[in-house]
Amino acid sequence: MLKINNLHASVEDKAILKGINLEVKPGEVHAIMGPNGSGKSTLASVIAGKEEYEVEEGEIILNGEDIEELSAEERAHKGVFLSFQYPVEIPGVTVTNFMKTAINETRKAKGLEDMPANEMLKLIREKSELLEIDRKFLSRSLNEGFSGGEKKRNEIFQMAMLEPKLAILDETDSGLDIDALRIVANGVNKLKSKDNATIVITHYQRLLDYIVPDYVHVLYNGRIVKSGTKELAHELEAKGYDWIKEEIGA
Amino acid sequence: MDLKEKLVSSFMAFENTVNVDSSVHDIRVDAIKNFEAVGFPTKKQEAWKYTSLNSVLKNDFSVFPKETGALDYKDVKQYFIHDIDSYKIIFIDGKYSSHLSATTHDGIDVCLMSAALNKPKYKLVIDNYFNKIATKDGLSSLNTAFSAEGAYIHIPKNKVVEKPIQIIHFSTGNEAALMLQPRNLIVVGENSHVQIIERHQSLTDNPTLTNSVTEIFANKRAIVDYYKIQNDKQSASLIDNTFINQKQESIAKVHTFSFGGKLTRNNLNFYQNGERIDSTMKGITIIGDKQHVDHNTLVHHIEPNCESHQDYKGIFDANSTGVFNGKVVVEKEAQKTNAFQANNNILVSDKATINTKPQLEIFADDVKCSHGCTIGQLDESAMFYLRSRGIPEKEARGLLMYAFSNNVLDSVTIPEIKSRITKLIAQKLGVNIGFDL
Repeated sequence: MLKINNLHASVEDKAILKGINLEVKPGEVHAIMGPNGSGKSTLASVIAGKEEYEVEEGEIILNGEDIEELSAEERAHKGVFLSFQYPVEIPGVTVTNFMKTAINETRKAKGLEDMPANEMLKLIREKSELLEIDRKFLSRSLNEGFSGGEKKRNEIFQMAMLEPKLAILDETDSGLDIDALRIVANGVNKLKSKDNATIVITHYQRLLDYIVPDYVHVLYNGRIVKSGTKELAHELEAKGYDWIKEEIGA
Repeated sequence: MDLKEKLVSSFMAFENTVNVDSSVHDIRVDAIKNFEAVGFPTKKQEAWKYTSLNSVLKNDFSVFPKETGALDYKDVKQYFIHDIDSYKIIFIDGKYSSHLSATTHDGIDVCLMSAALNKPKYKLVIDNYFNKIATKDGLSSLNTAFSAEGAYIHIPKNKVVEKPIQIIHFSTGNEAALMLQPRNLIVVGENSHVQIIERHQSLTDNPTLTNSVTEIFANKRAIVDYYKIQNDKQSASLIDNTFINQKQESIAKVHTFSFGGKLTRNNLNFYQNGERIDSTMKGITIIGDKQHVDHNTLVHHIEPNCESHQDYKGIFDANSTGVFNGKVVVEKEAQKTNAFQANNNILVSDKATINTKPQLEIFADDVKCSHGCTIGQLDESAMFYLRSRGIPEKEARGLLMYAFSNNVLDSVTIPEIKSRITKLIAQKLGVNIGFDL
């Protein structure tokens, strides 16, 4: 699914990612943990194609194709989805109209006709029920005045609508109360299949009780310094990140 | 001979075409004298600092069209709001087209200025209202001197006019270059409600200059909803001088949609003569090429407890230039005034320019006045958000610009206008936004 080789990336000449290697296979859930400033969100943005990050070295291979030169929308068309840590407010565009545009532009890129209106409505109904989203919510302006929980739920709703191959959830648990966390995690779990993969980026272990990872990686100072199974997350929760720093001699 | 001399010397010939045995005759004579003294505005005047008429005035305009062009409705239908039942006052090259119009005298007068200026039964209204609020600046004086034709709308009291009124001026290119001086008078009686749509449309690449004056009187508790659709050809320029006098508790709203034309200047003036008056001015400007749009607004708060709201959005591409000059005057007696003004702009191109200037003159001490203007580019994080969902760059830009401007449409009360304008916005932004606007 995804293979990242020796990825170096910088922003405004400041090196942030310093040689990331990561392989994610279909059906897997990978968690990336690490202290603040270690490069977690940068990694997510670089995979999704944010232009302000400069890839200096290395490659990002999605299903056998190097996507490093592709625009954000082209990556989205190939099945990359980023759930934003801070979803952007877009006044004047409703959630529904935004989703219609996103889906039909993606279909257009694949040479498909627009989705028929009744099919679109059915899909919206089905996916909003999955995320326990009220219908009224869908006619509100995108993210405008949404609570933290509503924003995150809306991100996963978008993910459900777009059915990505590779979903990257960037700090999806931040700002969520326990009920919202359960709904969001439940949504993510229901969307999992043997053909798609999920990368969960999180600072805390809490989310991983709900979305159970197959692998856990620790990102520190722009490198993956330790990888393991879900037990590693528990260890980090109990002991903090300092022992890792000591272990790698940082 | 320059245009000013030509106009002044044409006045005698003009006088032979109109009835000089009326009170309006003296007004015209005074006006041409005033125009001769004042002339066209220049960039030396503060209010014209960023708009030069030179490139427009250098054309050798015909002042009186020799012959009137004919138009088939099917050829110009697209310029009408055609999916609603409406009254229509239509002009072709400055002359009334009975063929395209639908006027009425059934309880209200929706007809022609030429009739109102000549027939005795309108004399009282003309004496009371004609040229009472138009200012004595050069352009308004010029229009007054040559005032002969335009729309005359008189709504007596307690009438809610269900059908909107469309005023459309077409120019056909029968003349190599044509100057038009349409003159409109709109009097709305107590408790009455009227909706008006105005459009100037050139059908030719020959230069056209329209210098229009509209006087609107909103009596007590009257509601006036006015829409100006400006989407003209690159050969056409428009100077729109609109004056609105409001009496107590009246509501007047003017929406100006400026999407095209070589040079467009909107002089929009509100005078509040009464308490608890509401004046609203909204505008969306989306231009490119070498187009120029200048909004010059004035709200004169004269009495207490009144409100004014201004909200102008502008998107400027290529070498286009925009001007917003919004003046709010609050007289000493006008306590408890609420005056809001906002002008937000996006410059799409490095070569586009906007000059925005709020001007507040407040002499009362218990008022709420706010103004804000912004000039910016599109938010890059919003662009990335949209693109990461598969929306290509061009469409994402279009969507964000649409979102930026479309709240101005919230106050549009005619759904057909709202849908027409949203379609025009999408077209101007060059995007097919994937949902029904």
